[in-house]
Amino acid sequence: MIQIKELQKSYRMGSNELHVLKGINLDIKEGEFVSIMGSSGSGKSTLLNIIGMLDEADKGSYVLDDVPIKNLSEKKAAIYRNKFLGFIFQSFNLINYKNAAENVALPLYYQGISRKIRKEKSLYYLEKVGLEDRAHHLPSELSGGQKQRVAIARALASEPKVLLADEPTGALDTKTSYEVMDFLQGINDEGKTILVVTHEPDIANMTKRIVMLKDGVIEKDTFVEQVRASEHV
Amino acid sequence: MFDLDRWREILQTINKNKLRTLLAGFTVTLGILIFTILFGMGNGLKNTFYEAFQDDAQNTIFVYSGLARKPFKGFKENRRIEFENADLEFLKEKFAGRIEHITARIYKGVTAKYKSEYGNYSLRAVHPSHQYLEKTDIDKGRYVNENDIKTDARVAVIGRLVEKDLFGKEDAIGKYFSMNKIIYRVVGVFSDKGSGDSEERSIYTPVSTTQLIHKNTEIIDQINLMYDISIGANGASKLSKEIEVELKKRHNIAPSDRSGIYVENKVEDLNDTLQVANVLQIIVLWIGIGTLLAGVIGISNIMVYIVKERTKELGIRKALGAKPSSVIGMILQETIVVTLVFGYIGLLIGNFILNSMGDKLKDWFITNPSVSQETIIAATVILILSGLIAGYIPARRAARVKPIVALRDE
Repeated sequence: MIQIKELQKSYRMGSNELHVLKGINLDIKEGEFVSIMGSSGSGKSTLLNIIGMLDEADKGSYVLDDVPIKNLSEKKAAIYRNKFLGFIFQSFNLINYKNAAENVALPLYYQGISRKIRKEKSLYYLEKVGLEDRAHHLPSELSGGQKQRVAIARALASEPKVLLADEPTGALDTKTSYEVMDFLQGINDEGKTILVVTHEPDIANMTKRIVMLKDGVIEKDTFVEQVRASEHV
Repeated sequence: MFDLDRWREILQTINKNKLRTLLAGFTVTLGILIFTILFGMGNGLKNTFYEAFQDDAQNTIFVYSGLARKPFKGFKENRRIEFENADLEFLKEKFAGRIEHITARIYKGVTAKYKSEYGNYSLRAVHPSHQYLEKTDIDKGRYVNENDIKTDARVAVIGRLVEKDLFGKEDAIGKYFSMNKIIYRVVGVFSDKGSGDSEERSIYTPVSTTQLIHKNTEIIDQINLMYDISIGANGASKLSKEIEVELKKRHNIAPSDRSGIYVENKVEDLNDTLQVANVLQIIVLWIGIGTLLAGVIGISNIMVYIVKERTKELGIRKALGAKPSSVIGMILQETIVVTLVFGYIGLLIGNFILNSMGDKLKDWFITNPSVSQETIIAATVILILSGLIAGYIPARRAARVKPIVALRDE
């Protein structure tokens, strides 16, 4: 699903050049549940952003679902993001003046799907995360865990190939974190490829593969025995 | 533009962000409101001006006679020149192509009497054409006509105030009254809005009647004519020169004699009038430009603020697959809607204020302040365009911002 070869990225900070990624090789197959770990500054978020087409690599190749991702125009990147990827953010990034159902329907709007089907689909995915009764609530009326579940529903709504989650539990307490991970595991069980960036070992252990980043290179890449989140809820 | 979903999206955005919309809208409303009122006031100033100066027809030439100072062709100096009917006929024929209306004028002071009421008025004996030169409005009855001239009819057209003075509440039309003890019949009552009371206290009679009564002469005091406006200012100057030359020839006045015949061309006055009007126009224009500019700057500021405030939202939208064009389009369309709606509100309020002012500010030289439809449309278009430009630059920047930057947690 994802093939990354010799990926490099550096940022210019004034006169210094900050080499964030120094040659990453990563191969992720369909249906995998991968966590990317590392201390802050290790380059894990940068890697996720490049995979998410929110940022561009300087060198190396990145192929997503057999499509080489290179020199994309803004428009093309927008189309690919919409088609291939679902995003989950640490701070949820829901639009505060739209209710839950409208937030979930937003990626569908950008796919040009009709209003009626958007409505049906958004309710379907809200039901999937157990929030059908909150469909008409604004984000400000939801708890942190509920917000993240809405965000997950939104990420799923566009039926992406890959789900990218950047510290999805970073703003949540342990119990809610495990609930969210339980959802993600359920989605992965249905065959969805998921990439999670985290610095919490217990969250990482709930995935199936842990990629350790350190100073811009992969230090360790291990498949692990998955800990089911439901056991901890 | 006609995407229903896009409209829903925009209406929701506007609806759910009322404070922001009101802020932007208020700027637009205020801008248009001030523009409308100031521009309207400026127009009011202009109206006052035109009312004061544009009472009589402007494309007129007045010809008077006086004393010929120089001896010429055996005629001695200081000789009184007098026009006769033949002079008028001569001018009429000679310059037929250029003269539209021509009339004689004889001035007399009269004592008019009806029943027990009487008063002193100025009488003008004229041809029917005089009505066009003076822009006299007939309130009732009719003006002097050709038939009156032919039959030396003893008829009079009296001013509104003459009727009021002499006839009180009676209808003067058809009534007989006397002027210097000769009986006339009232055939018309006129008013003259621009010229004021003194004009409305005068009386018109056919030129031939007055000539007959006063010793049966052919003498006329003054010839007034109105030329075809298409000959222009230069044509008018030329015409007045030619008239002077021809009349001097007819009356044996030395061509170099500056008195004897006076030809007064109103076009020179007209030019002065137009110049003042132009200055006023320019002042009004600058007032308009100034207020519009203030409005434009206001909108620009608000737009920059709005886009800045929405950076994160736009980043989310982009991460979810919004194309840059869709982001820009959304912001611009929203700008247009807000500008139009609130601009219209400002316009309505401004017009309402102008209308309710009416002529209340006449003491400050502002008459009937108003703004023309075209000006309003132009102002709105300028406002929309400036809103678009003001919105486009930050919108484009917002669309270019990488979602990652927009989404970065502060």
